[in-house]
Amino acid sequence: MSLNLKLTTKNKVFFLKIVIHLLAILPLINLYIAAFNDQLGADPVEAVIHFTGIGALNLLLITLAVSPISKQFKWAYLLQTRRLLGLYVFTYAFFHLVNFLAFEVQFDMSLFFEEIIERPYITIGLVAFMLLLALAVTSIKAIKRKMGKGWQTLHNFNYLIILLVAIHFYWSVKSDITEPLIYWVITLFLLRFRFGKFKRWFSHK
Amino acid sequence: MLIQKPKAYQLKDNDVTDENIYNGRRNVLKTMGFLGAGALLGNTFASKAKAGFFDEKIATFNTYKLDFQPDNKNQTLIKTPEKKVISHNNFYEFGTNKTDPQKNAQQFKVNPWQLTISGECDNPITLDHDDLTKSFSLEERIYRMRCVEAWSMVIPWIGFSLADLIKKAAPNSKAKYVAFETLYDPNQMPGQASRRIGGGVKYPYVEGLRLDEAMNPLTLMSVGLYGKTLPPQNGAPIRLVVPWKYGFKSIKSIVGIKFLTHEPPTTWNILAPKEYGFYANVNPEVSHPRWSQASERRITTGGLFARNRIETLPFNGYGEEVASLYKNMNLRKSF
Repeated sequence: MSLNLKLTTKNKVFFLKIVIHLLAILPLINLYIAAFNDQLGADPVEAVIHFTGIGALNLLLITLAVSPISKQFKWAYLLQTRRLLGLYVFTYAFFHLVNFLAFEVQFDMSLFFEEIIERPYITIGLVAFMLLLALAVTSIKAIKRKMGKGWQTLHNFNYLIILLVAIHFYWSVKSDITEPLIYWVITLFLLRFRFGKFKRWFSHK
Repeated sequence: MLIQKPKAYQLKDNDVTDENIYNGRRNVLKTMGFLGAGALLGNTFASKAKAGFFDEKIATFNTYKLDFQPDNKNQTLIKTPEKKVISHNNFYEFGTNKTDPQKNAQQFKVNPWQLTISGECDNPITLDHDDLTKSFSLEERIYRMRCVEAWSMVIPWIGFSLADLIKKAAPNSKAKYVAFETLYDPNQMPGQASRRIGGGVKYPYVEGLRLDEAMNPLTLMSVGLYGKTLPPQNGAPIRLVVPWKYGFKSIKSIVGIKFLTHEPPTTWNILAPKEYGFYANVNPEVSHPRWSQASERRITTGGLFARNRIETLPFNGYGEEVASLYKNMNLRKSF
């Protein structure tokens, strides 16, 4: 604790970011090394799809938890990690999509597009990914500055993304809905903190 | 002195030692080791050692070798490695993740076992554990197994035709369908004890076939795979294998077979009638509502880069043998 008190905000953010980098990258490297060497169970394709999908969802929930936690404990510096966390959400979602394209449908492009069009849960997943892509691109500082107020409006789509992802997960499972339901509870809990914000948006219109 | 170097084709001692005897010897050696250690270090350490201090896997289910007629016609098919066949299972009674059954089923008790054949028949039968492997001559059948989730394996099953068993039971003229039931034992099957672990499925798991489907020579009662008895995660001690239907029809760990006048309820059809039909014939033309069934990933060896997506064949490639069963049926409706 005494060490903690001596840290400047800049140092705290720096160390936190290093921890985030390590916790996000190392499991991903470990995953693909095991998968390429056929060390990931009988079906490495299913394993990498599930791992990156759940990973993206977990990271998205962590990102959404940052602002309530920083308010609750008055840790304002936490907000400075949100951009990095968000970019890792995108990274995991990107690998999730690449896994589907490269290893599940194995570049059968007609099957890929057929699945996107005909399977609502995949359609929704892709819409969520496109939104994440927009958020990732606009996280570049020069673009952010140019966008002015529009930036915040665009990044409020985060709340739509988490809903789409939670539906995507719920629809994708065969019968065991316990896990998706737990994710729904956490999602709604985190969105509850934004209740006032949502109320304002809808009452203005 | 004569020094003999064994030729490559000569069997080594461990090749001709029966697995049971081999394991027995290892147990003797282990016990001796513990007694030695126990004498020196006292009981605490020895009991710790017995609980798996040195062994990574102490409690694996014991399978044993079976005598059977090999399947000479299909030896050229590229088989799914045994390690994958026994570690990638949909058996929700032991958990919904593919790796759960292997983890959770090793303590499963298959002896004593009773399989009763009853219903509309003249000669009801009860088979106990030893009867399952000894009442019928066993043969190997190397079959493709197509899961409804669009992956597939090639598995060398050991078993006998269900038709042979049915003939013994002598179904009467009222018998039109055959119903199957898995063991219900929540003490042994955590998925039956908890809805969360069991994926919300209503247990016991039940399946069914039309009598003519059950009598088809391809329909197998399997008691083993890869030359040995079934491990529990694959449905020990006896399971059904219907190679032209999606895998969920091939019900595991069967305790009851019953001849009926009417179509029996089936587990996945009860759970999601729009997604899983009674017939569940492998059909590339009829998509699952949430994914295409036109192709599948064949699980063999190789990691992520294995190019294993192949076209799915009507009736999983067994059309010649079974298509005639469905001559006047609309298989889009009766999916």
